[in-house]
Amino acid sequence: MQDTVKEKAKGKASNLIAGATGDWEVIVGMEVHAQVASKAKLFSGASTAFGGEPNDHVSLVDAAMPGMLPVINEECIAQAVRTGLGLKAKINLDSVFDRKNYFYPDLPQGYQISQYKSPIVGEGEVEIDVDGESKTVGIERLHLEQDAGKSIHDQHPDYSYVDLNRSGVALMEIVSRPDLRSSKEAQAYVTKLRTILRYLGTCDGDMEKGNLRADVNVSVRRPGEPLGTRCEIKNVNSIRFIGQSVEAEARRQIGILEDGGKIDQETRLFDAAKGETRSMRSKEEAHDYRYFPDPDLLPLELQQSWVDGLAKDLPELPDEKRARFMKVYGLSAYDASVLVAERESADFFEAVAKGTDGKLAANWVINELFGRLNKEGKEIATSPIAAAQLGGLVRLVQDGTISGKIAKDLFEILWTEGGDPAEIVEKRGMRQVTDTGAIEAAVDAIIAANPDKVEQVKAKPSMLGWFVGQVMKQSGGKANPQAVNDILKAKLGI
Amino acid sequence: MQVDEATVRRIARLARIRITDEEAKALEGELSGILAWVEQLDEVNTDNVPPMTRVADMKLKKRADEVTDGEKADDIIANAPMTEDHYFVVPKVVE
Repeated sequence: MQDTVKEKAKGKASNLIAGATGDWEVIVGMEVHAQVASKAKLFSGASTAFGGEPNDHVSLVDAAMPGMLPVINEECIAQAVRTGLGLKAKINLDSVFDRKNYFYPDLPQGYQISQYKSPIVGEGEVEIDVDGESKTVGIERLHLEQDAGKSIHDQHPDYSYVDLNRSGVALMEIVSRPDLRSSKEAQAYVTKLRTILRYLGTCDGDMEKGNLRADVNVSVRRPGEPLGTRCEIKNVNSIRFIGQSVEAEARRQIGILEDGGKIDQETRLFDAAKGETRSMRSKEEAHDYRYFPDPDLLPLELQQSWVDGLAKDLPELPDEKRARFMKVYGLSAYDASVLVAERESADFFEAVAKGTDGKLAANWVINELFGRLNKEGKEIATSPIAAAQLGGLVRLVQDGTISGKIAKDLFEILWTEGGDPAEIVEKRGMRQVTDTGAIEAAVDAIIAANPDKVEQVKAKPSMLGWFVGQVMKQSGGKANPQAVNDILKAKLGI
Repeated sequence: MQVDEATVRRIARLARIRITDEEAKALEGELSGILAWVEQLDEVNTDNVPPMTRVADMKLKKRADEVTDGEKADDIIANAPMTEDHYFVVPKVVE
């Protein structure tokens, strides 16, 4: 225990970044903005659908017309609570909406409705795995807030264009503790958070559409020393860029500190093309948001019984599912992790594994099916082979009806032509030959035709593979390899 | 609490209100007066009194998650000084 504590204080050696004057530790905390999966906006009845013609998904509330009043969407509250439960977090039965005041053309209200002092969700945690080691990342809070509209700057040399379709869409801001110690951990955290949100169905996690994006706070320090000054990298919108931005920002800060400089706390942008972060021209007095409770909204009060109801209907989450897959199907931690990364994959696997050997099913799903889907750029949802078909194939392998090699041919047929696995095997004569008489005949023929090889194999038993290959070839891959091996050994006397 | 001119200018700037030098001087006195008046509340002991969050005995109204609004871009931009293709057009703002 003592060692673990010391280890923690010093920082894990493998995570340290070597500078010119010694090692540095990078400290990362994140604010993830996740768009709540809902049909309508947080405080209006306008649609949240992506895209749409400019200003088509906008109500007079979202455009902040005088006299319009916000009315909260009940489902958005439920989604935030579900997410909180999924993060094993404290649900605050009383929370408050505040106004965060600033001016920007895509924020017609002149303030964002957010939650400041009393968020809907308090402290929780997320388990991550990096290089086979697991770690708990603390969640500080989750609050509900409005998204802003969108400004487009490249349509005109002198003007910006504003579309309010996103204005008022519900976001969950999920704030982590500064518990992350490397770019890999930062990536693992967002990946895991995304998986949890997708399992819960509270955010679709689509980073390309900006439905999940992260503000990444980075600072560096000498191991064991107090936290350094942090910089916030805004709106990083892919897992890869999150990793790159942490690396780039840590190196920049280390460079400054080693040259005797100091870090200015500021907001920065990650420039993916150059692979570096750069300062955002700091908004004047940007940090004076003058929060105060929104007088248009009463406090949000939840009933414990309502929260309990949501908890009861929560789906099985990735960590629990992984543990179950390892226990029930005997899968390795790695295979189980691959399968539970997406709920659809996990469901597909379970359908394949119904009535078959779990490990064998996992092999076929991960190595053959996922491999092929990846290669052809397809998703599990559009897989040409259904779970029932792959399950049928696995059963045929398991009960010895077909050999592993023939199973790959069968997989190919299922992929390109479809059909019922058992029927195909019957019709096309793909059954494995376990009839020892037939195999013996084949073995005798090979031995008779290759007297020189027979001499060689007696001196060098590893030559046996050549004989096995010949017999398999002659049987069109249908001979049972174990039977071939046994009979060959007996006849060759090795 | 005394409000100085720099504070007055800062508040005006945050609220995007343009004020003249004379107005700034006048507001210095007015804002200080308002704050002094509100500060009388400090005389009341509020230890162990939870903050009052509402005066009416009402609960927060909620709506169902249904799309009931939107599809009125013409109305939304009707009063905008400048528009194009249903976008609001504003002086260039770019980071």
